[in-house]
Amino acid sequence: MVSSAANLAAVLVLAPLLLGVINRTKSLVAGRTGPPLLQAYFDLAKLLRKGFVVSGTTTWIFLAGPVLSVAAPFVAALLLPLGGRPALLSFTGDMLLFVGAFGLARFFVSAAALDTGSPFEGMGAAREVTFSALAEPALLFGMLALTRLSGSLTLTGMLDLRAAAAWQKASASIVLVLASWFIVLLAENARVPFDDPNTHLELTMVHEVMVLDHAGPAFGFILYGTALKLAVFETLIVTLLVPFRSSSAALDLAVFAAGLVGVSVVVGLVESSMARLRFVRVPQLLVTATLLAGFAVVLVLRVP
Amino acid sequence: MTSLALLAVASGLVAFSGFPGLLLRAGSGTAQRIATGLHVLGCTIGTGAAAWALASESVTARFAWTLPGGSVTFSLDRLSGFFLVPVFVVSGLGSIYGEGYWAESRHPGNGRKLRVFYGLVTGSLALVMAAGDAWAFLAGWEIVSLAAFFLITTDQNDEQALRAGWIYLVAAHVGTLILFAMFTLLRDATGGWLLVPSAALGSSALLPPILVLALAGFGLKAGVIPLHIWLPDAHAAAPSHVSALLSGVVLKLGIYGLVRVLWMLPAYPAWLGLALVALGISSGVLGVVLALAQHDLKRLLAYHSIENIGIILIGLGVGALGVAQGRLDWAVLGFAGGLLHVWNHAAFKSLLFYAAGAVIHETGTREIDAMGGLLRRMRFTGAAFLVGAVAICGLPPLNGFVSEWLISLGSFRALTSGGGDVGTLGAAAGAPALALIGALAVACFVKAYSVVFLGSPRSAGAAGDVADASPSMRVAMGGLALACAAIGFWPSGATRLSRIAAEGLVPGGVGTHAGADMGTLGGIPLLLLGFLAALMAAVLAWTRPAIRTTTWDCGYAAGSPRIQYTSSSFAQMLVGLFRWAVMPDEHRPRLSGPFPAAGSRFESHAPDPVLDRFLLPALSRGRSLLGLARAIQAGRIQAYLLYIVVTLLILLAWSAVW
Repeated sequence: MVSSAANLAAVLVLAPLLLGVINRTKSLVAGRTGPPLLQAYFDLAKLLRKGFVVSGTTTWIFLAGPVLSVAAPFVAALLLPLGGRPALLSFTGDMLLFVGAFGLARFFVSAAALDTGSPFEGMGAAREVTFSALAEPALLFGMLALTRLSGSLTLTGMLDLRAAAAWQKASASIVLVLASWFIVLLAENARVPFDDPNTHLELTMVHEVMVLDHAGPAFGFILYGTALKLAVFETLIVTLLVPFRSSSAALDLAVFAAGLVGVSVVVGLVESSMARLRFVRVPQLLVTATLLAGFAVVLVLRVP
Repeated sequence: MTSLALLAVASGLVAFSGFPGLLLRAGSGTAQRIATGLHVLGCTIGTGAAAWALASESVTARFAWTLPGGSVTFSLDRLSGFFLVPVFVVSGLGSIYGEGYWAESRHPGNGRKLRVFYGLVTGSLALVMAAGDAWAFLAGWEIVSLAAFFLITTDQNDEQALRAGWIYLVAAHVGTLILFAMFTLLRDATGGWLLVPSAALGSSALLPPILVLALAGFGLKAGVIPLHIWLPDAHAAAPSHVSALLSGVVLKLGIYGLVRVLWMLPAYPAWLGLALVALGISSGVLGVVLALAQHDLKRLLAYHSIENIGIILIGLGVGALGVAQGRLDWAVLGFAGGLLHVWNHAAFKSLLFYAAGAVIHETGTREIDAMGGLLRRMRFTGAAFLVGAVAICGLPPLNGFVSEWLISLGSFRALTSGGGDVGTLGAAAGAPALALIGALAVACFVKAYSVVFLGSPRSAGAAGDVADASPSMRVAMGGLALACAAIGFWPSGATRLSRIAAEGLVPGGVGTHAGADMGTLGGIPLLLLGFLAALMAAVLAWTRPAIRTTTWDCGYAAGSPRIQYTSSSFAQMLVGLFRWAVMPDEHRPRLSGPFPAAGSRFESHAPDPVLDRFLLPALSRGRSLLGLARAIQAGRIQAYLLYIVVTLLILLAWSAVW
């Protein structure tokens, strides 16, 4: 319990660092120096101290967006086993709350975008709800496959494959789930090839443009929420990939943190090596992710 | 005194609540108050009777009757009680809503008619659900169908409403005809008209046709795709509290009938569960996709009813597959989730129709793209619609999440120890399908809520003098919003009740341990809400005082409300992905030159793919063929008498020869 709480605190504190890791990877590949690793912390500190400018068109919904964009990944982090320790909040069926929490956030973030009455933000919101709708079944198929392998109906149980037996008998399925979830991670966190987090031009108007009108502390909340959401989705992948655990909580946490940094580097390498997809291609990639995970379910059905 | 007698008193009161008003003059507010008073009294007693039935063993009463069958039987058990609760709650709140929404002083021409049939529908719904044999069932069914026709055509001068009414009437009677065939076969298989669990049914060769006919007949009432043809127009044309009753309660009559037939089975064939899941997934996904393409607020809500019927069927299918495999743990989860969704849909869909009615009442249009910015002037209605929207998307912490959580959990349970066959896979498909449906519903309700209530007004109607809903309308909306919140925050109570109702669907009953998972949600939604509230308060404190300015416009200061994203542009990508199912009508003007001619407007509409694209063209082609038969239909009574005599002679000759 204590080490679970400590790991949660570590994730909450270290999440913005992952944004820095991605940016540093990209700048190294591009041969630039790039922003400091801690840039996201500097941005947060600056934003939270600022005043608040708000459009006269908006209502209280406009503030609910930033609140939910922090709350959802926080609840998700509560439900996840972090650093090889069981989740703080774990109950039968908690994976559905994991999905539901992000759905609630999506509802209010998109509604907040449309609350401004700006066509840019409407465009972003429309794309966000479209892509996420296609990504969600992939997440669920992956969870079904892991439930079959682990016999568990909690995130802690199904992600905890350290017995390594699961890897031996169904490695193909786990790899398929990992591939599918990595695509979901890129889509849900508005990374290349789905979105370009560095711009909010019309061509790439998805996530960044939805929050165009948020300023000051509200935007700080959104920035922190983005970082935490990335950490949460990377946790899904790292926990599956590291199928062992030591007796030392500190060592496990170190391995886990290294895993998060590693996945961030991979995300950075993906962003460096490819361009954003055309929007007509995006649904195809997401359907591919769903099919990969669905294939994993069919495979594990035959595992004794 | 039994629960059945109490129900009889309640349904009598409700059914005749509108009649005293007929003796008073049109336009009399007293007539409406009498009707509402009797209706609410009856619904209160009825809710009590339903709760009593849910808490006790079944009660049966038989009366001698000279009509076919020799007697008529009524029976009230837990399953009936479970379905009766939303009937009385929604109908009662709807009549309170009607005080403000369809005030007699503003609708002297049809207010009394509306209340007579509103009461009749509610009373006869109780009759169907308390029916113990096929005769009582069909009698009640027919009264509901006919009375609903008069409710849909409340505004008898509205051409659209009349068209919707006729289509509904034809569909309803095709459905009744199918049910006549179904009940006749059922009698052959069980040996009587009584609706009781029958062991003979399991081995009967008639079982597959009975189940297919039940799926068709009840599916037509429930609006399962592709049998939903009557539904969108009928729900859109009726007054809003009638739409709420039709969508929240009358559709569930189809589900009730189906569930009642399942309850009679001694064992479930495996194909039944697969068929239910397949029908559920197709109705769920296509329903929400068709909803996305709509820009008429009430048609949009109507298509969402199809989606939610799909979710209920997925739940029942997961349950049926569980029973077929002898795996009661997920059978109970599927059934309980499907049944609880009956309650939940009644609550949030009626709430959405009430709120939509208030909006349409104020703006004078059903066109979503003509609204906008209403939240600041309709705070209560906007908040109520938001509660309904979050609930219908199946999002925590409201009630839609609880029932979809149960069904999905059933899907996951199927994988923990079920076999590796197609039945397990079918049950497992429920969870990802629900995720897709839920995520598409989020897209649809972000669109509906934001375009109607947020942003700036898009038309003079929305920008003009708009006031919030009247107190009576607020009472109805508030009551349903509380119901959504109560089931969401305190899931263990509702899940326990739905488990009690679901027990009847598992032949041989369920053990004490099956469905033990159901309580695990516990107080978590409440915890989440507390956390959210604290966070929201913190942000509010932090961001105050704020500087108010305009929305960022890239320096282009002449933006008008028309630059906002519309409902069609918001849904354009998703509708494009599902173009093969939606088949939208798009009018793209040919643009030429640097300054295209004025009046070049893009328009898109989404007529119903089954009704408008397939059925009506096919029928009109069929009509010209049938014109040939008109030659013998001269309209002269002598000719018809001749036909009858000739037919009788042929039949006599036939019987003499054979």
